[in-house]
Amino acid sequence: MSPAIGAALDRVDGRAKVTGAARYSGEISLPNLSHAVLVGARIPSGRIIGIDCREAMVADGVLAVLTHLDLDRVAATPKLFPSLAGLTAHGQSFFPMQDDVVHYAGQPVAIVLADTLERAEHAATLVQVTYAETPSVTLLDAGRDRAYEPEKIFGGLVPGRNPTRGDPEAALRDAELNLDLTYRFAVNHQNPLEPSTTTAAWDDNDRLTVYDSTQGPTATQLSVAELLGLPPINVRVVSHYVGGSFGAKALIWPHVTLAALAARRIGRPVRLALSRDQMFHSCGHREEQEQRIRIGAGRDGRLTALTHDKISLTSHFDDWAETSLESAAIAYASPTYAGGYRLVRGNIITPTFTRGPGEATGMFALESAMDELAYLTGIDPLELRLRNHADNDPDTGKPWSSKGLKECYQRGAELFGWSDRDPEPGTRRDGQWLIGTGMATAAYPVAAPISPQRARARMYGDGSAVVEAGISEFGTGALTAMTQVAADGLGLPVHRVRFVGGTTDLPNIAAAVGSAGSGATSSAVHLACVQLRDQLIRHAVADQGSPLHGADPDTVVVRDGRMCRRDSPEVGETYHELLDRNHMPDVEALGTWMPVLPMGSDHAMHTFGAQFAEVAVDADLGRIRVRRLVGVFAPGRVLNRKTAHSQLMGGMLWGLGQALLEATRMDPHTGRYANENLADYLVPVNADAPDVTIETIEVPDSVVNPLGVKGVGEIGIVGTSAAIANAVHHATGRRIRELPITLEHLL
Amino acid sequence: MRPVSYSRVADVATAIGTVAADPGSAFLAGGTTEVDLQRIHVSRSRRLVDINDLPLRQIEELPGGGVRIGALARMSDVAQALPIRRRFPMISQALLLGASPQLRNMASIGGNLMQRVRCGYFRDVVAPCNKREPRTGCSALHGVNRGHAVLGTSEHCIATHPSDVGVAFMALDAVVLTQGPGGQRQIAIDDFYLVPGDRPDREHPLAHGELVVAIEVPPTPMASTSLYLKVRDRESYEFALASAAVAISLHDGTIDDVRLALGGIATKPWRARRAESVLTGAPATPETFTSAAEAELADAIGHGMNDFKIELARRTVVRALRMVTGDPQLHDGMAEGLLSEDGSGPADGSGPADGSGS
Amino acid sequence: MKSYVEAASAVQTADTAVVRGPNSVVVRLSVNGTVRNMLIEPRVSLLDALRDRLDLTGAKKGCNQGACGACTVWVDKRRVLACLTLAITCETREVTTIEGLSDGVDLHPMQQAFVTQDAFQCGYCTPGQIMSAVAFLAEGHAADDAQIREWMSGNICRCAAYPNIRAAIRQVRDDAATENPDAAG
Repeated sequence: MSPAIGAALDRVDGRAKVTGAARYSGEISLPNLSHAVLVGARIPSGRIIGIDCREAMVADGVLAVLTHLDLDRVAATPKLFPSLAGLTAHGQSFFPMQDDVVHYAGQPVAIVLADTLERAEHAATLVQVTYAETPSVTLLDAGRDRAYEPEKIFGGLVPGRNPTRGDPEAALRDAELNLDLTYRFAVNHQNPLEPSTTTAAWDDNDRLTVYDSTQGPTATQLSVAELLGLPPINVRVVSHYVGGSFGAKALIWPHVTLAALAARRIGRPVRLALSRDQMFHSCGHREEQEQRIRIGAGRDGRLTALTHDKISLTSHFDDWAETSLESAAIAYASPTYAGGYRLVRGNIITPTFTRGPGEATGMFALESAMDELAYLTGIDPLELRLRNHADNDPDTGKPWSSKGLKECYQRGAELFGWSDRDPEPGTRRDGQWLIGTGMATAAYPVAAPISPQRARARMYGDGSAVVEAGISEFGTGALTAMTQVAADGLGLPVHRVRFVGGTTDLPNIAAAVGSAGSGATSSAVHLACVQLRDQLIRHAVADQGSPLHGADPDTVVVRDGRMCRRDSPEVGETYHELLDRNHMPDVEALGTWMPVLPMGSDHAMHTFGAQFAEVAVDADLGRIRVRRLVGVFAPGRVLNRKTAHSQLMGGMLWGLGQALLEATRMDPHTGRYANENLADYLVPVNADAPDVTIETIEVPDSVVNPLGVKGVGEIGIVGTSAAIANAVHHATGRRIRELPITLEHLL
Repeated sequence: MRPVSYSRVADVATAIGTVAADPGSAFLAGGTTEVDLQRIHVSRSRRLVDINDLPLRQIEELPGGGVRIGALARMSDVAQALPIRRRFPMISQALLLGASPQLRNMASIGGNLMQRVRCGYFRDVVAPCNKREPRTGCSALHGVNRGHAVLGTSEHCIATHPSDVGVAFMALDAVVLTQGPGGQRQIAIDDFYLVPGDRPDREHPLAHGELVVAIEVPPTPMASTSLYLKVRDRESYEFALASAAVAISLHDGTIDDVRLALGGIATKPWRARRAESVLTGAPATPETFTSAAEAELADAIGHGMNDFKIELARRTVVRALRMVTGDPQLHDGMAEGLLSEDGSGPADGSGPADGSGS
Repeated sequence: MKSYVEAASAVQTADTAVVRGPNSVVVRLSVNGTVRNMLIEPRVSLLDALRDRLDLTGAKKGCNQGACGACTVWVDKRRVLACLTLAITCETREVTTIEGLSDGVDLHPMQQAFVTQDAFQCGYCTPGQIMSAVAFLAEGHAADDAQIREWMSGNICRCAAYPNIRAAIRQVRDDAATENPDAAG
């Protein structure tokens, strides 16, 4: 039996998804279901001085209109905390509709409940809110003079300054070559295709069931329970299918608890589906930011100094910045380094995770600057990166748990055809198209939850097994990959294993964020299955009726559901035979994995890859088309080649969107985004997506987790935008230090 | 969406009579504009009169080389109709570069003529907008106006007209046939689209209850090699940043006759008459094309974020003219594909220019 | 061209049409070959009628304004957007959704190809992609990848499975050509 792990198994949930049978959180039929629609503040800052609900109250079908005047108070003030911790995971330290203050446009100020969606939507427009508006800051530039250095960012988990190495200022002064470059980034929104949706239903015993589109059912459970002042046992969360997230559903935002509060008030189940425009101000975003990179280097291209400073816009209640400095700090062997964050408070919702959080912007800045250094020194961009390769973590000196970056460079260059590149910019034409190529390094920290991760395996008497963990399936392929992990752990073919996730009834797994999901879940699943297998083997060798009686358990292996002696495979029996003979209907085991924390490890843990892009730029019209993308990554163990490649491909095409299309544009006069829809917030369509070549380099990693899984969710986007921008420079000779790069930059 | 009642009618007279008699009613054809705007309360009809059963779907060749397109013919059907593809490829291309296949299956050609602007402030019912609520002000003037117009604007409105096919119709001097309480009318396309001036709420000269029944495109022999060029950020499913519909007649390298209209940059589909007059009688050279583009954009006004559109429009004009005159230096390195069977390929900037001129 | 040509005389204007709504009325829809009656207001979209009234949740709501394609269904065999279609306008038409594409036992070849080619991740756009793709092949523009890219651009996939979606469409197109060479091309 060949191992299931790594095989290109079709998605186990594929049939449900292609037939429309898969039910997402807004598709749960409940008797007496009512519909909630949020009314958002239309000003970014000020106070509510009046709410007139009379017209809405008497509209057909309306069940209730709730405002800050009558909504129940929440039992706790939420505290922003990244869901990796496995604890409460509020998206921001502010809960709306508790008083009359407006902190950001779109902040919920009323909830309208009606018997049908159409009636709720219409009545929501009849709520008349009057405001006393106060001055607001909604753009970085408007508050730049009030920027401050936060002590901690990221929910208090990350210091506001990175550890400094050496004396970068002195090294910059002494350097043969200096670069001082500033990069600007538009606001990005995750825009999963399924808008966040919560269906909340209470029973007679003050127990709540929440069907939620979430990256972590437990995160929803604990966060909602805390705000409602209930023990977690009173909150059950179900989340079988989630229509994409990309960070929008990683933390738990107010609408989830608002749905529960509304349902309790009217005594009916409530479905609250955010509209597309509400998705732009209800669950965070990638913040508006600017990053400054200074490089000192020798003429040989070797870095002697690197500084990396970021300034970004955050909310009034949280010191949030996506951690843009982590990978850039260790990507190259610069002997000196300094980096830190500055924040500007603005009238916006707290920013949050967006795919490739932090590093998708941080590595754009670094990798764009490295390309400039390559041109300054006349060294091939790939060679420049090899010269600066960090053999160990330049910060701590620790060895990498695994790396594989040089292999990625080499294989990527081969696949792309990098070696015969003419470095001269602006010289290749294909008709009116200017052709250019560029590359960049991809890097992303290996994150792990900071709480124990659990899974349960149950073998039935017939030798089939169900394996459970409380994850949600939001497109990562987790259900499929975990089926494979379980099959190998138990020694069963995949069709004899069913992996189940999607509710808080199951063993606890932290929300799958930061590419940590597959590592965390596979570890728990693997340990549960191995434990169950060993338990059954021990049972067999102790059973006088078993052909394996008396054997050393360490010499027994399982293949295709049959335990046998490694040295004489003909001696053995199936799980079924053992269980049947002993009248055992089932056997269970719980697997618990305690993650290794980076600071506690002797190794540095990071994922690496190499990105290559070819673009065509219309010489007259400035239009940019990506002709091809090649990405080679070393994400440790690949659990399913097919789904992993799909995720990496999706990440790279996200990078294309980040590079060329995606920008949410704030109007400082209204304090609202001016393009809160999918016709004006441009994401790539099929015609934008070139064919993408992807390979993975399997580097063994015995440190990160039991199976050596580093994750593929984020690394695909990191570096893509820099490779594209570098290719635009190669095509046109123009350096664009702003994302997205649009045609007006090139006219 | 506000409560709305519904009537379905089977003949033109009933349709007109019903809508004309009820000020709160509106025609409902493909619904791609009306349902959308009703939902966001920009359109506030209390009653929708479904006209999809009216017999207005024919696409007929007219003697002499013109065509008549029934107002309820779907964009997709018009784009594929042989008379259109043979005689007026710019119409077919403009349609196929617009919206998405699903929307084109729904949207009628009459509805396309009546579509509203895509200005974000027009669609945001709490923002000041002179078009939606006269005399409330124009939020776009100092707001996010990257997509807004640089020609035909006023201090009251700078919203860009979104139609692609309207640009082709404008180049071809199409005529809009209407029927209404006041009888039948023929309206020249240039008069059908109004610039905002001080009445941005008024986008066309139709009376309430007046129905577009057909559009006629007069014979234009040189249009058989015409093209539509659309420039945008995304490669598909996006409104134009700039576009051009062009047909040209050459004789010994001199331009005998030319039709040129621009989209994505003006408050209505924009007939480039100044450019046409520079081009007519001049040699078909890049220099001529540039002069024509400069003449047309001479009065263009940017409002900050959209300043680039002035230059982009110039370059779009030059590119379209080079394409339609078969400039051999233009060659498309990227395969494109809208209509491959007959080679009347798309013109997203570069397609193998199927316009050898004359 | 002289504008504003006045032609025939004024017509009689009389409001003679039957008015339904704005309160709920019985709307009769033929969906996937079955006639279904429901009591809905005229403002109810085909999408909400399918999802909330008929419990056919395969068609998805991604934007509710015609900008994403997740709600793609067929009306009289043509791919359209259910979010911009009022249910009441479909009474004399045949509506087909993903639930009606196959019998629930054997997958439609396009459904199978989407699984084989991994043409989706989260699955939310998938029913719309498949309804669009099947209609697209019937429309006959799928000669090459450039055409597939353009004609499938009305369906946004935020997971960006686009290259795999193209592979699935090629697979179905080429399998059909192999099985029935005369009908190909």
